Parts: sequence; C-alpha cells; structure tokens
Amino acid sequence: MIIGNITNGIVLDHIQAGKGMEIYEVLKLSELSCTVAMINNADSVKMGKKDIVKINEVIDLDLDILGYIAPTTTVNIIKDGKVEHRKRLQLPERVVDVITCKNPRCITSVERGLKQSFKLTNREKGTYRCIYCESEAK
Amino acid sequence: MRHLIDILELSVEEIDELVAVANDIIANPEKYQEKCRHKKLATLFFEPSTRTRLSFEAAMYELGGNVLGFSEAQSSSSAKGESVADTIKVVSSYADIIAMRHPKEGAPMVASMKSDVPVINAGDGGHNHPTQTLTDLLTINREIGHFDNITIGFCGDLKFGRTVHSLASALSRYENVKMIFISPEELRIPEHILKETLEPAGIEYVETTDLMQYMGELDVLYMTRVQKERFFNEADYIRLKDSYILDLEKVHCMKEDACVLHPLPRVNEIAIEVDEDPRAKYFIQAKCGKYIRMALILKLLEIK
Ligand SMILES: [Zn+2]
Repeated sequence: MIIGNITNGIVLDHIQAGKGMEIYEVLKLSELSCTVAMINNADSVKMGKKDIVKINEVIDLDLDILGYIAPTTTVNIIKDGKVEHRKRLQLPERVVDVITCKNPRCITSVERGLKQSFKLTNREKGTYRCIYCESEAK
Repeated sequence: MRHLIDILELSVEEIDELVAVANDIIANPEKYQEKCRHKKLATLFFEPSTRTRLSFEAAMYELGGNVLGFSEAQSSSSAKGESVADTIKVVSSYADIIAMRHPKEGAPMVASMKSDVPVINAGDGGHNHPTQTLTDLLTINREIGHFDNITIGFCGDLKFGRTVHSLASALSRYENVKMIFISPEELRIPEHILKETLEPAGIEYVETTDLMQYMGELDVLYMTRVQKERFFNEADYIRLKDSYILDLEKVHCMKEDACVLHPLPRVNEIAIEVDEDPRAKYFIQAKCGKYIRMALILKLLEIK
C-alpha cells in the first residue's frame, strides 16, 4: 500500500504500533482541515511493526504530549518534498492534563480548577509522579 | 518569598542554619521574645492535630506574635465547599504566614501556589510533614551532636510512616549515614524510597524483621506508631501492632549514649518503663518541635 508523499507537512514516524490512533486523538488531528493519513502496522526494520501519521501541513505539535505517549516517535518536518528537520523525541519533564492522578487522597480529586500535572522522576524507567501527592502514574 | 512544603526544599546549609538558630533560641530565649511583634500566624487545620497546632501556636507566641485560625474543617469555609485556593487567597490577606494541615495530599502545595504569604505544610494526609522532620533533626543534633557518621534504626510501620520517609530522605544528604529498617514484611519501607532516594545518595542500608539484630550498633532508634487508620481490616492491625514493642530490657542492649525517638503520640510500641531511661528522648523531641518552628517562622518571615 502506498500513500502519496507530501510536499509540505509533518511525518510522525516510528510510532510504536498501536499508538497511532491515540496520538491522532490526543493531538486533535480530526480538527484539522488538511489531509491526514494514518498508517497502522507498517513494516519496520528497527521495530518490527510501527505506525506512521502524515499531516499535509506544518502545524504546531505538542511534543511533550507526543513524547509522553509515544517516545519512540521521530518527527520529520517536510518542506518542498524534502526532510528539512528531523527530531527524535524524549520523555518530557512535565505533562499537564494528560495523566489523571489515581490517588483518592490527592488534592486533585477534590479541588476545582486544578490542572493535573506530573513530573518525570526516573528517566530510565519512565516514572512519572503527581506533583501534588507524588503518587506514581499508572 | 519561600514556603516549606517538602523537607527536601531546604538545602543542607539551610537546615544547619535553622538548627543553629533553634539552638540559639534555646540558649537565649529573651533575645527572641519580641521578634514577631505585630505579626500574625494563621493556623489552618482542615483536620485536627492538637499537638502540631499547639506547637505552632506556642512558637508564634514565644516570638511575640499573634495567632488566628481554625482547628477542624467543620468550623471552616471548606465545610461549605470552598476550594483551598479561595480559602488561601482570603487568609493570606489577613495573616503574615500560614501553617496548614489538610487531609488531602498536596493541598499545602496548592495553597503555596495561591498565597501572598509563606505557607508551611503542617501535614498533608500520609504525604509530607516537614516540620516533624526538622524537629527530629534538631533532636538528633542536640543529642548526638552531628548528622554525619550515624547509624539510625527505623522501627514499626515503615510503609505508611511519612515521618520515616522524610527523615530518611533528609539524612540521606549527609556523609556516612547507615540506616536499618526494622519492620514486619507487610510494612516494609517503599521500594521507591530505597531506589530513588537512598541508593542514588550512596546510603548503606539493611532491612530486617528483627528489632534486636542491630540494637547494639544504633546511635538513634526511631520508633513509630502502627496507625490503625492505615489498615483495611482489624485482624491485620491487631496481629501487627504489637510486633515491635520496645521495653527496658531491649533498651539496655543499646549503646550508653544512644537515643530513642518517637514522633508521638505513642500507643504501646514503647513501654512506659522506658521513659525513665536516659536514652528516652521523645519528650525532649516534642519540646524541640516548638524551637525549630520558631526558627522556621523567623526564616520564612525573613526576620534576623
Ligand atoms: Zn496526586
């Protein structure tokens, strides 16, 4: 299966297979007016199977959320049919309003208008903790 | 403006400085009795803790300041559903400094983000209680004389015991500290404290279920209460609560100059007979709590 190459836009490559749809939803790609292509279970030498998302326009992406959900992703910015910029993601230091604290004793369970905020406490293990109660994100 | 939410927000130098000021207050109390004149401390206790509240209030009065506040959620606006953020915005326009206790973990941090005046965490659920840790540190400083090169045993409920977690974390920043964690299997110290705090700091530690195994090596034995409210069933509580009772016979196996600490209140984990032994320092510890809070209030109000 071939999906046409894009001239100007973004290719999110090396997404862990199965995470493509989650990225599509979290980045609200359905709200874009440009063409967006989702490729699931593409063959990959490195990963076996991978997902790819192609966006036919250069838009602002929240790389923190992307890095949290799918840290293996490479972001390719395409200009005039060529890769102008390639960026490997890493786990972000902070993620806001992506994870919800599961600790029933946490202030986030009762306080109105409080953003859910998690910080990276162990990069090797990818451990995130709630900044308020320090519970580990599950 | 500084707050104190978590003990690790204070550098080792700042802790040394607080301990030095507290020691000076103990030596020269008259020097400090007017330092906070016309200043107001608000004690916002969304859950009752008479001991901690009285310690804060006594500290402020001894500095010549005033105190206002409430001692349980029923008498506060939170009973009417007011958020922590709103309560704090109002109170911080009345008071110069706030000590806050709250059953929800992280509530004092939310308060500090909204407050115009310094906020001290006076305990948030099972999470942090930094002024207890400062109290423990002052007591160790006064009884042992230093934080480096000590062997400290922690005994009891090490799983839920927040005072243990904080004190171990605070001591992990000193040189050559050895820690012995003594608890039943079910109440072992959480792995993340060992792996994320103690091991990176190069702290030597052992875990044991036997209170007597290292008794003769300890400089400090930190006893904790096995809290009933942390258990899901009565049978587990009853089975475990008497596991580690310190009596005079056991204390006699300790070094002459060792000391026994306890954050109080105790249930029965330290026999009353131990109170008479010179190694029992838990009542001195309670007194230290007032002095270190005085030092902390001065620091946060930036009063020299
Ligand atoms: Zn939380």
